[in-house]
Amino acid sequence: MYEHDVIVVGAGGAGLRAAIAADEAGADVAIVSKLHPVRSHTGAAEGGINAALRDADSWEDHAYDTMKGSDYLGDAPAIETLCQDSPYEVIQLEHWGMAFSREEDGRVSQRPFGGLSFPRTTYAGAETGHQLLHTLYEQLVKRGIQVYDEWYVMNLAVTDEERPEDRHCHGVVAYDVQTSEVAGFKARDGVILATGGPGQAFDHTTNAVSCTGDGQAMAYRAGVPLEDMEFIQFHPTTLPSTGVLISEGVRGEGGILYNEEGERFMYERGYANNDGELASRDVVSRAELTEVNEGRGIEDEYVHLDMRHLGEDRIMDRLENILHLAEDFEGADGIEEPMPVKPGQHYAMGGIETDENGETCVGGLYAAGECACASVHGANRLGGNALPELIVLGKRAGYHAAGKEIEEAKVETGKRGEYETATIDSPVELGEGGSPGDAVADGGAVAAGGSADPDTLLEQTVESERQRVDELQSGEDGIHHSEVRSKVQETMTDHVNVFREEEGLKQALRDIREARDEYENVRVMDPSKTFNTDLLQTIETQNLLDLAEAITVGALARKEFRGAHWRAEAQERKDDEWLKHTLLSWNDGSPELWYRPVILEGENKTYEPKVRSY
Amino acid sequence: MSTQPPQHEHEESPADGVDDAESTPPAQQRREDAKADKRSRDAQRQAEADDAAKRDEPTRHIKVFRYDPEIEGKQEPRFDDFHVPFEKGMTVLDALIYARDQYDPSLTFRHSCRQAVCGSDAFFVNGDQRLGCKTQLSELDDPVRIEPLPHQEVVKDLVVDMDHFYEEMEAVDPYFDPDETPDGELEEQRQSRENREKVKMSTRCIWCGACFSSCNIAAGDNQYLGPAALNKAYRFAMDDREGESRKTERLETIEQEHGVWRCQTQFSCTNVCPKDIPLTEHIQELKREAVKKNLKFW
Ligand SMILES: Cc1cc2nc3c(=O)[nH]c(=O)nc-3n(C[C@H](O)[C@H](O)[C@H](O)COP(=O)(O)OP(=O)(O)OC[C@H]3O[C@@H](n4cnc5c(N)ncnc54)[C@H](O)[C@@H]3O)c2cc1C
Ligand code: SF4
Ligand code: FES
Repeated sequence: MYEHDVIVVGAGGAGLRAAIAADEAGADVAIVSKLHPVRSHTGAAEGGINAALRDADSWEDHAYDTMKGSDYLGDAPAIETLCQDSPYEVIQLEHWGMAFSREEDGRVSQRPFGGLSFPRTTYAGAETGHQLLHTLYEQLVKRGIQVYDEWYVMNLAVTDEERPEDRHCHGVVAYDVQTSEVAGFKARDGVILATGGPGQAFDHTTNAVSCTGDGQAMAYRAGVPLEDMEFIQFHPTTLPSTGVLISEGVRGEGGILYNEEGERFMYERGYANNDGELASRDVVSRAELTEVNEGRGIEDEYVHLDMRHLGEDRIMDRLENILHLAEDFEGADGIEEPMPVKPGQHYAMGGIETDENGETCVGGLYAAGECACASVHGANRLGGNALPELIVLGKRAGYHAAGKEIEEAKVETGKRGEYETATIDSPVELGEGGSPGDAVADGGAVAAGGSADPDTLLEQTVESERQRVDELQSGEDGIHHSEVRSKVQETMTDHVNVFREEEGLKQALRDIREARDEYENVRVMDPSKTFNTDLLQTIETQNLLDLAEAITVGALARKEFRGAHWRAEAQERKDDEWLKHTLLSWNDGSPELWYRPVILEGENKTYEPKVRSY
Repeated sequence: MSTQPPQHEHEESPADGVDDAESTPPAQQRREDAKADKRSRDAQRQAEADDAAKRDEPTRHIKVFRYDPEIEGKQEPRFDDFHVPFEKGMTVLDALIYARDQYDPSLTFRHSCRQAVCGSDAFFVNGDQRLGCKTQLSELDDPVRIEPLPHQEVVKDLVVDMDHFYEEMEAVDPYFDPDETPDGELEEQRQSRENREKVKMSTRCIWCGACFSSCNIAAGDNQYLGPAALNKAYRFAMDDREGESRKTERLETIEQEHGVWRCQTQFSCTNVCPKDIPLTEHIQELKREAVKKNLKFW
């Protein structure tokens, strides 16, 4: 067994920042990550990091923009914390040597971004995430913080008291990818989950294949509620074969969208008579899908984004990186031909319920980054607001877990304070759905006594995870996880996409139920004990099942149109009824839905819901 | 040798229900259905591939290096052949994913971002170090040979041990370490656009190891820092924000026995770098800087 004060799971921007903070606070901290830190998907972010740095700007304005962008589903204390701390954290990155783009006077450059009232997005060329990730990793190396890389965390060691709020997390159990050793990692003070988003629940996404929401699924099964999972941001211009993102920049420079008939459909079909191609992400995504669904897509799949008319000079000058992307990943030459694009899953606003210090309702368990929901993005994330979340909330979680004193949180977690219970209108049983299942293969609840001491608890968890590995690799017959995974991804893309209607959502729940049942008979085909990616992906697929279900349950429950969530039956925002967060608790295998009111009271003012128009 | 028949062995064995499945007939029934479903889908997929081949629809032939130290039959390195239906835009990584998911789930390779930023999937493709995700199949001749990076120890199939590469990267103090930092928490260090431009390319490294694997010197001298680590040193040594005394220390580090002077300017690293970093140029510039410093002291 390994032992540290603080264990951070994941080494993207959030995990690295958390580890550095815990180290600064004097804790013995280690990172356990399934990828080497520099492989994390934070490296893919292009656009930038929002921070109110200049005199003419203020954190209050940033907070106002963020609340408006969230369609009034963000919690004011979390949003204000984000906006107050972001300037300090960005300058901290600068002090750590991050290669920001610069102004003539040598200061960090900022540019305008959608939904912002001031050009406050700091950036490093078109590779902001890469620069951020590497800068943080360098600081990790400088401090000699230990990283267990290519160790896959399979489960959390959490006590099993009746109420999640009484439980405590004492560590994690991980699988060494190189050797297949299953080992316990005891955390004397706290565990921080920083495992990134669940994009792989969809079959077309800008997220990496590693974005399987593992931390969310583990926290969920340990009793921590998942919050606002239905809010998924889709990006309208991704390359069809890989999901690689073509930035808004192309449309900003004058790129035009055409359907198969050569119509400029944003105008000609009346989707956005004023803004055309520059309408908001969700509007453009829905327009593209409508074209495809009505038979005007190219190869029944995508539309064309054309920038040829801008001319080679302008393209080379402003959009050179886009040319390379289209050529390398789609084999298309943007100077000679239009580029194929379609909407793709991009970002998950929801996640593990935490407060603005990253703490969950389970003692000793924290979450930060895309896997968490504090909630700063509410129903819709503004571009450039995810990276600040990593560094601001990552740092706070690191400090808190290491025992450093920080202000008390105002956001509640778990079933405390004000909340209301609800029922789920599902056509099938959810979760373990009453079928006895195979708790081991399922990575089911940890069978540890509530009062067990931490060492015994960890040993028991290690034992049950070892059995799970053996179970998955034994037996003669079974289904391969990739079948189950495709089934889930396809139904999510068909029914829980930018268009959501009641019957489709119910169909998705049926398909997920079927996939869950199939999963009970899943088998790892690769018998190897060396670098068994087949095994890892099989476990990830199980996590995706839980998350796909949670996203769909939320989408079915929320009968309104808010932010990124659109419902055919209710095409307006309903503030009387829905100024509240969706929460889903695993409840030992029979998921339970409940709601908590949004907090619109900030430090000095109350945010009044307004129409979100730009 | 071929692993072509996509029919998995287990599918031939009788579908005996597993453990507690018997106690829940409806669920078992669903599973049986699912299995039958899968069998028919597999058969269908095979038929489609055959059809495609007959109709002369494009399929591509990849030859993939296989090795697993503890699996019988894979202990001796070998090549497996896969025939993959081709679609426009398909990359080497896409072909590998297809082969793994459709034919052989034990086929092992690192990959994550699919967009040339995570640096996981540098392989030796038709004799060159390349990122699988950034290499279009249409640029390559059949059969496409995919091997692990040369000069690194193979862990399994296309996965190599990166530890040595990481050690070299970490040997150059790869972190910003200025002589002084501004006092104010919100006070930024100034950096000119020119200086930022100077280090820009060097900051693009994604630690893929392609350059290191292509370098003859690194292959012969186990302690040679190698192009990526030297480039990392360049990134900080040339950054004006760090200050002169730190720069001198950095130049001392890269000037040691297994440092810059080993480089024989063969340009192999520069040629393979997927981020177009002018590695050889950077190394040459470090040499010049080191000479300048020495002249000052003498
Ligand atoms: C293409 C793209 C462009 C973007 N552009 C921007 C932008 O311009 N501005 C902005 O603000 N945001 C942007 N975003 C969003 C933002 O980049 C992400 O939300 C953010 O980087 C997520 O960081 P993270 O640290 O939470 O997770 P990640 O960086 O995904 O890291 C997750 C870590 O967890 C580890 N991990 C996962 N599961 C396990 C497990 N089971 N065991 C052990 N380790 C595990 C992984 O190894 C990895 O280290 C963009 C996103 C994408 C996809
Ligand atoms: S310098 Fe280029 S080839 Fe070498 S590791 Fe970095 S990105 Fe890869
Ligand atoms: S998969 Fe990330 S670089 Fe190729």
